[in-house]
Amino acid sequence: MAATSALPRLLPSGDSAITVEFSRTIDDTANQRVLALDRTLAREPIAGVTETVPTYRSLLVHYDPMQIDFEALSEKLAALAQLPVPAATKTRRWRLPVVYGGEHGIDLEDVAKTLKTTPDDIVARHTAGDYRVAMIGFTPGWSYLSGLQESLHMSRRQNPRLLTPAGTISIGGIQTGVQCLAGPSGWHLLGQTAVRTYQLHRDPTFLLEPGDYVTFSSVDAKTFAEQDRAAERGEIVAELISS
Amino acid sequence: MSKLVISAIGPSSSVQDGGRFGAQRYGLTPSGAMDRLGLATANCLVGNALFAAGIEIGPFGAAFTAREGAVRVALAGASRNADIAGRAVAPDTSLTLAEGETLKLGFARSGLFSYLAIEGGIAGEPVFGSMAVNARAGLGSPYPRPLQAGDELQVTAASGTAERRIELPPAIKAPIRVVLGPQDDEFADDQKALFLDSEWKISATSDRMGYRLEGPAIKHLHGHNIVSDGTVGGSIQVPGNGAPIVLMPDRGTSGGYPKIATVISADHGRFAQISAGTGFHFKAVSMAEAQAEARKFAELLRTLPDRLRAIENFDLNIEALRDANVAGAAVSAIDARTWQVLSPAETLTQD
Repeated sequence: MAATSALPRLLPSGDSAITVEFSRTIDDTANQRVLALDRTLAREPIAGVTETVPTYRSLLVHYDPMQIDFEALSEKLAALAQLPVPAATKTRRWRLPVVYGGEHGIDLEDVAKTLKTTPDDIVARHTAGDYRVAMIGFTPGWSYLSGLQESLHMSRRQNPRLLTPAGTISIGGIQTGVQCLAGPSGWHLLGQTAVRTYQLHRDPTFLLEPGDYVTFSSVDAKTFAEQDRAAERGEIVAELISS
Repeated sequence: MSKLVISAIGPSSSVQDGGRFGAQRYGLTPSGAMDRLGLATANCLVGNALFAAGIEIGPFGAAFTAREGAVRVALAGASRNADIAGRAVAPDTSLTLAEGETLKLGFARSGLFSYLAIEGGIAGEPVFGSMAVNARAGLGSPYPRPLQAGDELQVTAASGTAERRIELPPAIKAPIRVVLGPQDDEFADDQKALFLDSEWKISATSDRMGYRLEGPAIKHLHGHNIVSDGTVGGSIQVPGNGAPIVLMPDRGTSGGYPKIATVISADHGRFAQISAGTGFHFKAVSMAEAQAEARKFAELLRTLPDRLRAIENFDLNIEALRDANVAGAAVSAIDARTWQVLSPAETLTQD
């Protein structure tokens, strides 16, 4: 599968949004270009653009058709997308504490069995990873991370669960993720973090930004319980390693 | 201050405004009114900003009581029987509830969602600039959930301004217009033709997140999994079973099914008002036409205040009632008996 074409495709998403598609597959180069275009638009706003939504492979650009039309905006976006990918001006790196297995990660044992290894080894592999927030979507704060090592790739569950806990850390396909709110999921649940990636009335309301880097550290259930109480009070409990 | 007490209300009713934009990149969906023209019309009638927070009333009945003072309100959107103590109320008019009076609403007769605007708006705390209820994210004010009987809204006391009616352009009876894409290339030409040529119906399992469509199964060229990308209001996703889902204001901000087409923004409200089981068609239009329609719709909203009319005498009121009957209910506007309203209990058991 071809990774990234030089020119993104500019696809209409109705009369008030354009999908700037860099790739049709999950690929890191494409995601870097998505995030770069997103940064460019934040730095040099185009009049009429109201909101951008980066995803793995495309940037959704919402705009007001009263201020700019599809043709004019497409031209501007095509030109910006061809600029060399600039380095991120800031690279934030977070460490998120996770309690793995047991009631907090009910699929850990099964994942270990499927991959013919031990739960401890799965935890070691997952905490060894250096992940990037490729996109946030679906529900508030649901952060999709790229960089899952290949030995942990596995297809999603046949039957998605209708309700999985807030703070769930899971793997699905070639991705891992941090789920903020309780909700449905078809991924394999490895653990749980006390970190709220979305919390109303906390500053900041949203903790992670697309493009941030994330690592995980293993904590015990007692620590999780303490952190969970602190997080409930509005503490961030994630560690900002660099910014 | 006065209070508007929710004496009775069916499911799918919540406080909504123009929506909560700016945080879709964090997975926060905009929410907001299903039918923006309906909300804007109601607000216009009571002199509010067009997208001030009002009550979006689902297809079932409702009753609202003024407490601690008079409350001036207006009802627009889907037509339904409405009365105050047996006195019929025309839609698309403002009216003032005296202290203790109750506005009773029947179930929607044409369309699904009606909007009750309250003069001065509803007291609450906006989050990200909006009071719109998004129950999934626990957002919305004054209640971060759909409204329930017994809820009380703090509102401004009625100003005593003369009541108004509004003359809206005639309802459009035409196919729902779409722009193809962004993933129409995931479908063969015959499947796109099947989508555009078929009669569709809205499934009864639809909600504020999405309307499921009933009709022929649309087949994909390369399977139904794409890498998730961003969604917009009106995105038409085709999941594995081939039954399209049109994404509505409470949609997920990203989705992993190919999107064959997108409903044009000018038709969002009209589409949202199609009730389950009613047949309709889609029609593909060019981007230029879609954007021209978006501008026309914006102009309609901008000039809504020009459409306000004084209610000078009884005749005009009768005319408003007659207008209300274009939905096709076989009633005579001047026969008061046809405006009998079901009691809330009877109303709420309708489904």
